[in-house]
Amino acid sequence: MTTHPLGEPIIVMTDVHKSFGELEVIKGVSMTVHKGEVVCIIGPSGSGKSTLIRCINALNPINSGSITVRGIEVNDPRLDTLALRREVGIVFQQYNLFPHKTALENIMMAPLKVLGEDRDTVAKRARSLLKKVRLEGKEDAYPGELSGGQQQRVAIARALAMRPEVMLFDEVTAALDPETVKEVLVTIKELAAEGMTCILVTHEMGFAREVADHIYFTDRGVIVEHGPPATFFDEASDPRTKEFLSQIL
Amino acid sequence: MAMIPDRSDLAVLKPFRMQGAPYDAMYHVRWLAGIPLRWVVLLMLLWPTAVLAQSGMAMADTFAALWRWMPFLVTQGFLFNILISLFSMLIGTVLGVVLGLAQISRVRPIRGLSWFITQLFRNSPWLVLLFIVLLALPYEINILGQTFRIPAWMKAVFGLSLPIMANISEIVRGAVISVPSGQWEAAESLGFNRRQTLYEIILPQCFKRMIPPWMNWYAILTMATPLCSLLGVEEIITLSRQAMSAEDNQPELLIPFYGFALVLFFAYCYPIARITIWLERRVSVKF
Repeated sequence: MTTHPLGEPIIVMTDVHKSFGELEVIKGVSMTVHKGEVVCIIGPSGSGKSTLIRCINALNPINSGSITVRGIEVNDPRLDTLALRREVGIVFQQYNLFPHKTALENIMMAPLKVLGEDRDTVAKRARSLLKKVRLEGKEDAYPGELSGGQQQRVAIARALAMRPEVMLFDEVTAALDPETVKEVLVTIKELAAEGMTCILVTHEMGFAREVADHIYFTDRGVIVEHGPPATFFDEASDPRTKEFLSQIL
Repeated sequence: MAMIPDRSDLAVLKPFRMQGAPYDAMYHVRWLAGIPLRWVVLLMLLWPTAVLAQSGMAMADTFAALWRWMPFLVTQGFLFNILISLFSMLIGTVLGVVLGLAQISRVRPIRGLSWFITQLFRNSPWLVLLFIVLLALPYEINILGQTFRIPAWMKAVFGLSLPIMANISEIVRGAVISVPSGQWEAAESLGFNRRQTLYEIILPQCFKRMIPPWMNWYAILTMATPLCSLLGVEEIITLSRQAMSAEDNQPELLIPFYGFALVLFFAYCYPIARITIWLERRVSVKF
């Protein structure tokens, strides 16, 4: 848990609603994330956590309400998706690395093709990012040759290569072997310590408690309770939160 | 504890199990490639013997007749079959890739139309398509005052490329949808637009997977080229018939001559089938 004062608001969600057909999965969520803040979203499966963070970078369009990322309104029909996605990096549960490209190429592709940056600059940045996620020497390895934890760290480096303002982590350790979970969590913790704004959907309660500035508990599409980890874990007041915590802690 | 006998005299209904392999789009080449090499060698050695074993007309005469015609049949006939297959494959592949990409278009009418064209040509009898092309295309065309005749073999090439186009279209569509949706999402989240995603990320992954089924269709196409003889194209079957009539249409010639054509097709397609299956194995190991 960090102690820096709250910065400017980066993400502001107001009364967000999202349905898949008849099924409403997010029923009026409001949340503000400030610069440098680390926010963990926890809750039972099917409570709309993953959907919520996918809405932030417009992978899932929302039905009503408003989400702004550094002033960019996501729920705008004329949304400049590229401008939005430069601000928001996302890491997925299943890594989703491009299997036909090496680790270094995976990281370099988007800055080269999407941002049109200079190859030497991008290569330099990609190498330093690989070093940052402790994968020096794996530049030429294909995703199939890497362990789950290593792939996930390449995926983090790939998202960072776009120099986003916010990083979203969608249950990034859920598909990993227990022994590789830690190396990924360490990487995220270092990022958070550097002041990166992070939103994590996670089932790692110990990690959430340690790294988060603020915890949101969602259930059936609404935020039931939120607060700083110390208060949240020890003094949860809502019976649903209590029940959830008693099941997993 | 009661003993449960592992054998019993009671009638036991065993669960019903289907026999045999599931449906396989690569059945043709898999079957062909499954023939052991030593059988192939044996067949090649025994075939002239089998021809000689046929009696009636003097054995030596039958074989001598075939021997006389062999160079002509191969160079004028079979090579032409190969040429037709290569041209048809080329045209069919180019058209098929375009049609396949149209099938995954985000524009509904384009998607619908290309789906319809694909299904139409994929499920029509090849011979019917050949006859339609033969009769529908003009006998000659006029370009800038010059009159060009369209030879029957060109029409045949076009006619054969239609079913190939439709099947390649399905290969392309199938390969694109077989890429996990996470790849699209990852690309989208990194700011790639749809076009970039398709050409930089999705299609390069599909390419390797498309080669084996593509070669499968090449083998099928090659074996279908004798259909052109019905259009009067002078390929191996047409020429074999002509050669036999030049040899007084003796019935003893039928099996040696057509058998020779069969051996040629087999000799050409067998290595293709072996390579296809080998490639398929390599591709599937890689992913």
